[in-house]
Amino acid sequence: MRFVKYGSLGIISFIVIAGLGIPLSPSPQSWLEFPVIPGLEDKARNLFFHVPMAWTSVLGFLVSTYFGFRYLRTKEIDYDFKSVSAAGLGLLFCILATVTGALWARFNWGSFWSWDPRQTSIFILLLIYGAYFALRSAIESDEKRASLSAVYSIIGGLTAPFFIFVMPRMMSGLHPGAKEDAGGKGPLFESKMLAPNMRVLFYLSLIGFTLLFVWMLQMRIRTARLEYESSRELSER
Amino acid sequence: MSAVSSTVALFSKDVRSELRTRYALNALLMFVVTAVATILFALRADQPSPTVLSGMYWVVVFFTAMSSLSRIFVSEEERGTTLTLQLVASPSTVYFGKLLFNTALTVSLTLAVTVLYTLVFSEFFIIQTPSIFFVTVFLGSLGFASAATIIAAIVAKANTRGTLYPVLSFPILIVLLMTVMNATARALEGEDFSEAMGDFQILVGYILVMTGGSFLLFDYVWKD
Repeated sequence: MRFVKYGSLGIISFIVIAGLGIPLSPSPQSWLEFPVIPGLEDKARNLFFHVPMAWTSVLGFLVSTYFGFRYLRTKEIDYDFKSVSAAGLGLLFCILATVTGALWARFNWGSFWSWDPRQTSIFILLLIYGAYFALRSAIESDEKRASLSAVYSIIGGLTAPFFIFVMPRMMSGLHPGAKEDAGGKGPLFESKMLAPNMRVLFYLSLIGFTLLFVWMLQMRIRTARLEYESSRELSER
Repeated sequence: MSAVSSTVALFSKDVRSELRTRYALNALLMFVVTAVATILFALRADQPSPTVLSGMYWVVVFFTAMSSLSRIFVSEEERGTTLTLQLVASPSTVYFGKLLFNTALTVSLTLAVTVLYTLVFSEFFIIQTPSIFFVTVFLGSLGFASAATIIAAIVAKANTRGTLYPVLSFPILIVLLMTVMNATARALEGEDFSEAMGDFQILVGYILVMTGGSFLLFDYVWKD
């Protein structure tokens, strides 16, 4: 618990300082220099924030669906707290990833939004999260809300492979990994243009954001349990 | 009764009660006419391209379906017949019976839109490759019904049914919508049947995943 809390805060502060502070150089000599990636330059620094945020939002969705599934099997309301807490965090990181992605698109592709397949996918993910919470607010009984929203998140998860894997490769787009990507290099973090120190920083950032997610998830689950108990005490009085 | 015959019995019960009131059919037909008339006003004298027309076609189908497909479960809740149905039929029978009814409704809906489209857009809406068009419409209807049926079952248990239904369905149906719009544009532009195979594979995959998933999850939605 303490490791998760200080670990995530420490790693993310380090990423912010190192990711924004390390200078670019056309021919990097030491570990404290990033290479200049043609077409990206300083904008490549967004890699340390945008991709981990997108990763965390998908992670939130998967965790939420998993706990929803566990709820359906066991009917223990505690799994629903876990499921909804993960979904809330997933929504938060999904918004962050959309905003950082749109900013990156503005300076690299020329406009904030161009219905690139990846942008379409994250838009659908946002819609699924929005619909999930709209559904939850429309049902009063705790048990019914838990099982119906779990079913909905699983149904939403079933369509995910189509828009994550099929759509971006079928349609043309600007995001790395799209069908008409020059030479089919794939996403930036898999490409050879990335220097080893950037790669280390990137994977460290993934770990940092995952730990941050775990820490926030634990806090939210505890809050949800306390809220549930206090509302039950009030109704029993 | 075997599973198939009880499914058919449930389907024919829904058809009979629909034919008695014609609630869904009438509303559906009027909705289609209204939507197509709105498109006509919006276009005025413009000459719509095949992409625009195929997009508009599925926009009409989507919103009409959203106005009528949820009735299949909502009407059971409103008439208080859910408990009876839970007693007399197994969940899989209920699911497939309702799926069959919704498929029939969506197929007749797409037929109505097609007929109306060929009448009012006689100069622009020319299906150059009928094979692509009819396979797309059929698979698209199946896909629509497979996703819309499980969402209808969820929505029937919630409070704000009317507005919630399109909100919940749209993110699930968007992959299907993009694919059928793409394939319909191909049919209008007169491409070869083989060029639409990729779209058909996605559609068949979608139908299988949705029907299988809904079938496994329906128990949890249906039983209180």
